[in-house]
Amino acid sequence: MTVAPVHAPTLEAGAPARTRPPARTPGRRSRTGRIVLHLSLAVIMIVWLVPAVGLFVNSFRPPAAVSSSGWWTALAPPYEFTFSNYSEVLSRQGLDTAFLNSLFITIPATVLVLAVAAFAAYAFAWMQFVGKDVIFVVMVGLLVVPLQVTLVPLLRLFADLGIAGTFLSVWLAHTGFGLPFAIYLLRNYMGGLPREVFEAAAIDGAAPTTSFFRLALPMSAPVIAAMAIFQFLWVWNDLLVALVFIGPVPGNLPLTVLVSNLVNSLGGQWHLLTAAAFIMMVVPVAIFIALQRYFVRGITGGAVKG
Amino acid sequence: MMATHRPFTRGLVAAGAVALALGAAACGDDGEGGSGDRTVTVIGTWGGDEEEAFRQMVAPFEDRTGITVEYTGTRDLNAVLTTGVASGVLPDLAGLPGPGQMREFAEAGALVPLDDIIDIDKYKAETSPAFVDLGTVDGKVVGVFIKAAVKGLIWYNPNVYTGDVPATWDELERIADQTATGDMRPWCVGLESGAASGWPATDWIEDFVLRQSGPDVYDAWVAGELPWTSPEIRQAFEAYGRVVAEDRTYGGTNYVLNTNFGSAANPMFADEPGCLFHHQASFITAFFENEAGATPDEYDFFRMPDINPQYAGALTGAGDLFGMFHDTPEARELMRYLVTAEAQSIWVGIGGALSGNTTVDNYPDDISARSAQMLGEATVFRFDASDLMPEAMNNAFWTEVLNYTQNPDQLDQILARLDEVRSSAYEEGA
Amino acid sequence: MDDRLTTAFFVVVGVPASLVGYIFLVELVLRLVPQRRVPRIRPLLWIAPALAFLAVFLIYPTLDTIRRSFMDRLSENYVGWSNYEYMWTDHAVRGAIVNNLLWLVFLTLGAVGIGLLVAVLVDRVRYEPVVKTVIFLPMAISFVAAGVIWRFMYDFRPESGTLNAIITGFGADPVAFFSEWPLNTFALIVVGVWMQVGFAMVILSAGLKSISNDLLEAARVDGATEWQIFRKVTFPLLLPTIAVISTAVIIIALKAFDIVYVMTNGNFNSEVLANRMYKEMFTFRHFGRASAIAVVLFLAIVPIMIFNIRRFREQEAIR
Repeated sequence: MTVAPVHAPTLEAGAPARTRPPARTPGRRSRTGRIVLHLSLAVIMIVWLVPAVGLFVNSFRPPAAVSSSGWWTALAPPYEFTFSNYSEVLSRQGLDTAFLNSLFITIPATVLVLAVAAFAAYAFAWMQFVGKDVIFVVMVGLLVVPLQVTLVPLLRLFADLGIAGTFLSVWLAHTGFGLPFAIYLLRNYMGGLPREVFEAAAIDGAAPTTSFFRLALPMSAPVIAAMAIFQFLWVWNDLLVALVFIGPVPGNLPLTVLVSNLVNSLGGQWHLLTAAAFIMMVVPVAIFIALQRYFVRGITGGAVKG
Repeated sequence: MMATHRPFTRGLVAAGAVALALGAAACGDDGEGGSGDRTVTVIGTWGGDEEEAFRQMVAPFEDRTGITVEYTGTRDLNAVLTTGVASGVLPDLAGLPGPGQMREFAEAGALVPLDDIIDIDKYKAETSPAFVDLGTVDGKVVGVFIKAAVKGLIWYNPNVYTGDVPATWDELERIADQTATGDMRPWCVGLESGAASGWPATDWIEDFVLRQSGPDVYDAWVAGELPWTSPEIRQAFEAYGRVVAEDRTYGGTNYVLNTNFGSAANPMFADEPGCLFHHQASFITAFFENEAGATPDEYDFFRMPDINPQYAGALTGAGDLFGMFHDTPEARELMRYLVTAEAQSIWVGIGGALSGNTTVDNYPDDISARSAQMLGEATVFRFDASDLMPEAMNNAFWTEVLNYTQNPDQLDQILARLDEVRSSAYEEGA
Repeated sequence: MDDRLTTAFFVVVGVPASLVGYIFLVELVLRLVPQRRVPRIRPLLWIAPALAFLAVFLIYPTLDTIRRSFMDRLSENYVGWSNYEYMWTDHAVRGAIVNNLLWLVFLTLGAVGIGLLVAVLVDRVRYEPVVKTVIFLPMAISFVAAGVIWRFMYDFRPESGTLNAIITGFGADPVAFFSEWPLNTFALIVVGVWMQVGFAMVILSAGLKSISNDLLEAARVDGATEWQIFRKVTFPLLLPTIAVISTAVIIIALKAFDIVYVMTNGNFNSEVLANRMYKEMFTFRHFGRASAIAVVLFLAIVPIMIFNIRRFREQEAIR
């Protein structure tokens, strides 16, 4: 944890880029520096990939082979690969419904959290009001509330309102759980945007709504994209919240519930999880790749100019 | 039961209304699965092949009655039922995590007594009395057994061990020590099992307690009346300690502690066998076939031999309890169906399970037929002790038996710690 | 299914639209309010929807938890401080506190440190998206699947455990990763780092992208080395973002649960507070003790929140 105070350069960070960023000039840096750079990235990538590659290879092997020999032995002949793990998972009854349910739970829960958090983050970043710090810190402190302790009071509340067992209860719950971090992250990013931009807009007579929609929101695109990815992932991989709030209605339960139950109660048939893990990963990884284009330099500068 | 509906809740309902109103219009009532008018919701821990077997088991019921059985399987059953009982949002029928939780749910008034729902006399006549008792709270049957397993079986590979079935435990130990030479060790043991690691070792100790000291001591121990530090329990730990001594198990202590119970017996089926015997319940055969690639002619079993002749013929077992939370006509019909021999013979016929119903006899193979026969004929039958203890005790038992396996010299501290847990686990128990 | 898609569409489009509508309505109403009052009222109305959500979904359950922490097993009677006393006397809970400290220090250092390294390095290469996708992959994996993966990695049997195959390949004895403390806690933290670096990297990278290129180019023109640029320009500018991600990872470390639950369930002294809480709550059904552990987690976060307040005040003071 860093405890150093924020240095003056934050001011400069605020200086809006008035010109297009010049083209990078990598040639100027030393050749050995470049080699070290590429090598370190390669090492990190390999270290990060090995566990997943192991799983990937094992997902194409019969279970008896997986428990008797390592995945690397499968890379040499005799090849003993099989699609049976995948075909068994894919032929699972209710897989298509569960997949749609996952999307159906995740997308609204992601949109909701971003919509609610953005306004609050803007207010915390650029408006002054009594008790701002206290409210904000309590909000962020709520991050530490363990999800499990909220289940009983919330389920009772949903039952009182008559929405226990509906998708609405899951959307609302995930929005509530995702909000503290969303507000924290967005407020931090918006707070770092250049003050001059907002002041200039205010002098021009722009309403707060204009500043928010025309300036703050587009300039925050990278962080909104990042938050969208995280919230999507957390909800997509959640099992407990959906299971508790939707209840035992198999037609409405998400993929996680179905996948975790490919294994029997004694832990047998875990080999199906290897294939299921990759099937489950497809959507979040696709979203990540799709949203990557927002993580590029210049969006902030461009928005200021526009 | 917890106090429900405090004024504070009401206040917040009003406060939350602003937020809820935003989405309420979109809500609709899509919560109910729209597959037919008459449905029963069921939740349990069965997954994978068990879930398939359960579906096949209820298929004739669905065809006959037109009722749809909506089954959800999850290993987070404890979390679902705990929140469910506390908030009143529950499925119609559910597999219950264990006898301890069943008692609590029954005392909280969440479980519906089944005496007037199923044909209770027929149920009692067809079910082993030990199982009937386990499902009874305050004189009412609230839990029934859908399937069962025999524990404390000693498995071997008939191509490796060709001797006779030992009559006593001492004889077994002697054979084990004489036959196992070179790289082959007497025992294959694996205690890892994810969140439940340690349970195979608790089965060992339970079998020792029952065979060394008899059912009365066993019952007192389960009920928390006999200290862990008592000579009877210590003796059982020490007997288990001799089994898992570093040089008597395949791979040694670290291997034992870090190997999943499901693949523990793999060395028994290797080209150069690593061990002679494996102690495990009747359901392990599925793992022999899936994990080790063994074929049915490569494994066989005998009951763990007697120790004290006074308690000859003792046997331990376990089973899956089932209870009813909502008294609907559909739930009643399904419950009535599930306890019948007709229903249970379907699962039994698929293999891998024994029935709680003694009239079921269509076991598909010799191994399960013999296990079922043993279950029916046991002179002294006791349910898995750790499953019967309060959950906090059970959990500590799992953890400490692992610690004992790792550090056999710390038995005094380990038993003392278990007694410490015992002092609070029972006093606040159900 | 059609029903659902309509509903989903309605929510995805309708809810943000009604929020925007709400804000415009707020602004309309504010025109009727005397001008000098507006700056006070406006922020409260802007944060109102978020506050309403938090009140219902987090604050209310938190207050309920605090209350239950002073009650007995099934929340029937008040029992004073006995649940807290239990925490300090139970040796499993005390061990969990030590492990949580290890998690806090090493998960935060590991995830934020490696995340920062990757974010900075990757900013200089053309195959940036590829690296980022690779580092991000573990985040997309569910905890159940991560448990399966790392079981292969840490398996004691060298014939199937990746790490032990490497270790025995060098002639050493296989290592029992899960049955020795503190090795098991570190083994679990490694899984946590593997999963969370992607999180840190994405946020740090987004922060990095907001640093003006002109600034970096100006430094380069002045002849600064890359290391000097990082130390004097990039790092100070990234500090607010580093503080945010560190706070987030510290909270993840305090709440560490899934990895432990899936892999060791706290055996061999690898217990952590959140896993203990889960056990107390759902397995032992002791709401009082579970709540007391949760309250201790709330208290642990207070110093970090105070640090954050100071940081935000400083940020506002200088901008």
